[in-house]
Amino acid sequence: MSSPFQQFKEQAEVLTHDLRHRDIIQNAMRKYEVVRDKTRGAFQDYRAARQAAAETKWEALNHLDKYLEQFTKNLEARGTQVHWATTGEQARDIILGIIRAKKARSIVKSKAMTSEEIHLNHALEHEGFEVVESDLGEFIVQLRKETPYHIVFPAMHLTRGDIQELFNRELKSNSTDNPEELTMVARRVLRQKYIHADIGFTGANFAIAETGMVSITENEGNARLTAALPKTMITLLGIEKILPRLEDLALFLPLLATSGTGQALTGYNTMYGGPRQPDETDGPEEWHVVLLDNRRTELLADPEQRDALHCIRCGACLNVCPIFRNVGGHTYGTTYSGPIGSVITPHLRGLQDWKHLSFSSSLCGACSETCPVKIDLAHHLLQNRRNSVQQKASFWWKTGFKMFSFIFNRPALYKLIAPFGRIGQKLHPLVKGTKLDPAYSWTKTREAPKIAPQSFKEYWHERKTK
Amino acid sequence: MTEREKIFARIREALTVQAPLPGHHGEPGHHPSFKGAPSTQAREWLPPTGDSFADQLARFRANAADLKATFYLANNRDELAKLLLELRDVEGWKKVASHGGELTDAACKTLGLPVCRTDQKFDVNELEGCDAGITECDALVAQTGSVLVTNRSAGGRALSVLPVHHVVIARREQLLRDLPAAFELLKKKYAGNYPSMISFITGPSRTGDIERILVLGAHGPKKLTIFCI
Repeated sequence: MSSPFQQFKEQAEVLTHDLRHRDIIQNAMRKYEVVRDKTRGAFQDYRAARQAAAETKWEALNHLDKYLEQFTKNLEARGTQVHWATTGEQARDIILGIIRAKKARSIVKSKAMTSEEIHLNHALEHEGFEVVESDLGEFIVQLRKETPYHIVFPAMHLTRGDIQELFNRELKSNSTDNPEELTMVARRVLRQKYIHADIGFTGANFAIAETGMVSITENEGNARLTAALPKTMITLLGIEKILPRLEDLALFLPLLATSGTGQALTGYNTMYGGPRQPDETDGPEEWHVVLLDNRRTELLADPEQRDALHCIRCGACLNVCPIFRNVGGHTYGTTYSGPIGSVITPHLRGLQDWKHLSFSSSLCGACSETCPVKIDLAHHLLQNRRNSVQQKASFWWKTGFKMFSFIFNRPALYKLIAPFGRIGQKLHPLVKGTKLDPAYSWTKTREAPKIAPQSFKEYWHERKTK
Repeated sequence: MTEREKIFARIREALTVQAPLPGHHGEPGHHPSFKGAPSTQAREWLPPTGDSFADQLARFRANAADLKATFYLANNRDELAKLLLELRDVEGWKKVASHGGELTDAACKTLGLPVCRTDQKFDVNELEGCDAGITECDALVAQTGSVLVTNRSAGGRALSVLPVHHVVIARREQLLRDLPAAFELLKKKYAGNYPSMISFITGPSRTGDIERILVLGAHGPKKLTIFCI
């Protein structure tokens, strides 16, 4: 199997030339930008809101031990069972253990990127359980046996025609390509799944320490149903989801909606504080909350990039990123794509294997600019580059910079660059555009600038001697 | 050592080194100083709502229209009854679901239809087959056009999301200006004994997962009707 870097390069090459893909993504992003700007503009002071959100998350993460203790103590006080997992494998084992103990067969899931991170569906299906994604976008990519293209819009890369064809083939439906009709096909199929599923599985957007609640944001109502109908509920979340106080949500829910989809508030924002209580008539009898580390503590141990754990997974940085827009979500080969994925994946899965993501950036800073919790993404990409070289520089990297410093420290050699360059440029057409061209990676898509016939220094000298 | 202890040990080890405050590349002194918890001032930053009841009502009405929810303000009980009967007949309701409550009891009596009560033991399939779920609520939020429900105030977890049409009956004094006010209310009303589910419902169920085109009724209600009396 080729390396993540090779795969990235090959897929990026294909997708940047795929005009159909470009049209689909540009169309989706344009719609997003219009509503996002309108919703942001409605704030009385968006800048202050953003700064306050960043500081609230800073407070939560920099006292994570205190708030996690408070969160889990409050959860357990209302009968929720809390589990801890250091690795993805442990989390999978815990979840499988619960499902087996309940003698369950079918699981209905609402959207959870954390479950993608630990490859839960694969593990569950491997053990013979039926797993159904209920978020429409996730349902579509599950039918296609794909991973989500985007953390908020999993099926962003597909047209209605693609989805029509998929449903007619996989669900034996007979729908037109009308989005409403297609949505109703999914609604009919999934309604029955909710009612018959043994287990409801959810992710989480926020974990409220003060009251011991998990907050879930969604538009479709699928998480609401997942947390209402099945007898057992399982929630998987990363330990970084903490917010200190319940009222912090008054700030975070609108910021998440604005940045994520451009809505003022998402359709359903629901806080769960326990399983069914003695005086209640529905809801799950048991609720298991699984807290996942999966190397988040390693990121926490890096004070320079600790703020990457502030991320609320709104996807805003993906939407504005010129790299994401050109290479697409699947090309990254990671659970989290776009700038935030490029920043955190090296921490979660190894710097040397995933450093190329930090190098494929234009450093335009659009991601830092748009982040609702002010994660300094563009600088973190630079820090990843620096760290990767400090840890292990390649032979060509070292040789290149040695040559650079050798020449630039010697004026006599430095003076020769321009004349040699001019000769080289004259000979260049002989190899230009072929693989023999030493500047191939530049010239295959661009023209090299012409070296001036005279350098400034030469001109100055000539002028004085005249 | 349990996994919990190991994770806590790693967290405490990691936090021995301070991280710079966010938003200014580590340079101190540039951030505005927030009084108390940063988010308690949220009211000053979030979208404006106006101070009077009329302003806030207008805001709620406009938001509901944007969200494709239907909003009626009834001046008295008779007017509410008339509106409910109209809705029943236009949509051809045969059976509704509801829960015990002063407003919901009155509504069910007016409608004169069989009722599936979700505050008693009920069958999910029966609830699924109902033409509407009629609930009370904890508050309406002018700023966002949201209905705040809990499983205590609105007949459990499924009633407000499983039937195809969610009908909310609220009192006008339940209209709150903004989200911070809604969280204040929750704390005042429930602190120490929160319901196990609290939900801000903002419009009918929706999705934009196919080409970002809005479709209502993805999984939850296709319609949301809010009566305010």
